[in-house]
Amino acid sequence: MTSTDNSSPPTASSGRFPAGRLAFAHRDLTGIGQLERHEILYLLDQAEQWVKLNRKSSKHTDLLSGLTIINAFFENSTRTLLSFEIAGKRLGADVVNMHAAQSSVKKGETLIDTAITLNAMRPDAIVIRHGSSGATQLIADKVDCPVLNAGDGSHEHPTQALLDALALRHALQLRGESAEDFTGLNVVICGDILHSRVARSNLLCLQALGASVRLCAPPALMPDGVEAIGAQPFTSFDAALAGADVVMMLRLQTERMAGQFIPSAREYHHLYGLTQERLSNAAPDALVMHPGPMNRGVEIDSEVADMLDRSIITQQVEMGVAIRMACLDVLTRSARGVEGWA
Amino acid sequence: MKQARPITITGGQLVTTGAMITGAVRMVDGLIAELGKDVAAQDGDTIVDVKGRIVAPGLVDLGVFSIDKPAFHFGGITRAALMPDQSPPLDYPSRVNYIAKSGKPDLWVHPLAAATRSLEGNELAEIALMREAGARGIATGRRWIANSGLMLRLLQYAAMLDLVVVTHAEDDALTGEAAATAGEMATRLGLPSAPAEAEALAIARDITLAEMAGARLHFRQVTTKAGFDLVRAAKSRGVSVTCGITPAHFMLSDLATAEFRTFARFSPSLRSEAERQAALAAIGDGTVDVIASGHDPRGAEDKRLPFADAEAGMAGAETLLAMTLTLVRDGVIDMARAFELLASNPARLLNVSAGRLEVGLEADIAVIDPDAPWIIDRRKMEATADNTPFDRQGAQGRVLKLVKGGIEVV
Repeated sequence: MTSTDNSSPPTASSGRFPAGRLAFAHRDLTGIGQLERHEILYLLDQAEQWVKLNRKSSKHTDLLSGLTIINAFFENSTRTLLSFEIAGKRLGADVVNMHAAQSSVKKGETLIDTAITLNAMRPDAIVIRHGSSGATQLIADKVDCPVLNAGDGSHEHPTQALLDALALRHALQLRGESAEDFTGLNVVICGDILHSRVARSNLLCLQALGASVRLCAPPALMPDGVEAIGAQPFTSFDAALAGADVVMMLRLQTERMAGQFIPSAREYHHLYGLTQERLSNAAPDALVMHPGPMNRGVEIDSEVADMLDRSIITQQVEMGVAIRMACLDVLTRSARGVEGWA
Repeated sequence: MKQARPITITGGQLVTTGAMITGAVRMVDGLIAELGKDVAAQDGDTIVDVKGRIVAPGLVDLGVFSIDKPAFHFGGITRAALMPDQSPPLDYPSRVNYIAKSGKPDLWVHPLAAATRSLEGNELAEIALMREAGARGIATGRRWIANSGLMLRLLQYAAMLDLVVVTHAEDDALTGEAAATAGEMATRLGLPSAPAEAEALAIARDITLAEMAGARLHFRQVTTKAGFDLVRAAKSRGVSVTCGITPAHFMLSDLATAEFRTFARFSPSLRSEAERQAALAAIGDGTVDVIASGHDPRGAEDKRLPFADAEAGMAGAETLLAMTLTLVRDGVIDMARAFELLASNPARLLNVSAGRLEVGLEADIAVIDPDAPWIIDRRKMEATADNTPFDRQGAQGRVLKLVKGGIEVV
């Protein structure tokens, strides 16, 4: 089934990382929490070749030719699913998407049974998004191929954090501030921290790369114990923004705007909306990020989201494809028999 | 089945109220006929020499969710009070009557009547009729009764009938669909969580109502320092309130939920290490009255799920005694106190004549080697399911022999 492609071994960088499999010693990618700093950097470095490829007119390689990748999405997604699909196809794999709406999950089949069923189709990698925290790990324990977490409940969304790190790295490089990692950088993550897997993965990823992270949310949307994880909690957005180098806004789900968590979208915008005026509290030239999709006029104003010199929101989307290509490449190396990865 | 001939257990260390004595127990016609230092076997007795092992009352397990005889017998349990959370719930006299007879003769099941119809917390169930059908207490089930007016009327009714009310202490409005206690662990795992204070809120209200009603109130599980403080204070004022705990909450903290281990999903959910230490202190100072298994065997269909979707509970009957004996070895309590928590206090709350080694009581007796080492192994459990959070842990303390009403069952 597997094709060995020795003609173009992926050696984007050398010397910085342990050889072969030791550079990334996991079968699955379930969360940033499982990764060491050098493993995060390795994935970022590996993604650079795909950033280049994705900017060419012919964006194709046969690296994963003959491999089958299943995108099993038990929760609605447009952007992440599309990003994974494009990543798999550009690497030459056969990509199949499974949507919860069309699946037997709605007919009461258990997640384990679904996992066993998918596994029986002999995929070479499974990408999973699920609404329950820990669901990806549960499936990973039951299947024989690598599993990538594309978001599980409020737990983790590792490829989002990796693509954010890659976008940030590129933005800093463009400004001539390139460094080994994010040491000394102050990052504010603002929004529904309580329910956000993006916030958790980014917190762990940014910390691993040396940044200090401030979390900002109204009390009802701030989880307990974030200090114990090394983050600084804020309820005042202005205080959190003071001197910040990067402002990462989170999407506020519409169902949370209806009075149980916050009184209204209007009031949320009044306290936590990123306006140009508010952004001026941050460091000069502070970068603005958002994982999308944005609620313009709620958590972020259009004039901020569209600032060409400050907002890297579209770059985040671009880096998403490259990061997912890197993850699919690295995780399938063992099955492809790449030297040192068996 | 009746006891055919008298049995005398000799050479044991007898666990009697307040003290351990070396001696013998003689059982005649299903009752304890004599016990003490000078008791000797008589002609025609079956003699069992236990060679210095512990002779204790059979365990009375207050608040189990499933009748699981092999597991109970393995764990030295001769009586179990069954929670009304059955399918269908124990909210109807004929169901209570059926359950009350279901385990006999070698296991006595004491049904706890559902406080409200279908355990929905809206309308009182036919408690007096269920009492006549064999209910030994009333329970609110897995949940708290949110309606304070209804809870007051329930407690007044229970006081009239002299039935204990066993309640679950968590304020529903705070817990909601939570699967974990708010804190670093729940935040790292991204689990829906509720503050531990939901327990103290519920306890404070229920103590106030019980005091007004003059009812006997038992919190099946108290797991937080604030909760123990409220119970301690109420007891010192003379309120008729008691509380229990299961080994999970004094052995484990929320760290056990790492990697989404659903065998560590409980209701109430596991607490922080500080709360666990408060639980040990409350067991040591006498605030805790009952240690129970909370036996709730759950198969893969309930446990092999994402953490928040999995059912709470553990198969605890087999490990109840061994886990309680760790408290004796650690000096938290002594051996006599251990059996007050495991047998005599629950029997007293249920108003059944058992739970103590005392002349005239039912001959429910466990012979125990408190030091016998064994490995808890979920693949070798007697229970109908293998959901123990203590899998592959070492334990000490085994039941060697179990007698129910003068008849040897193990």
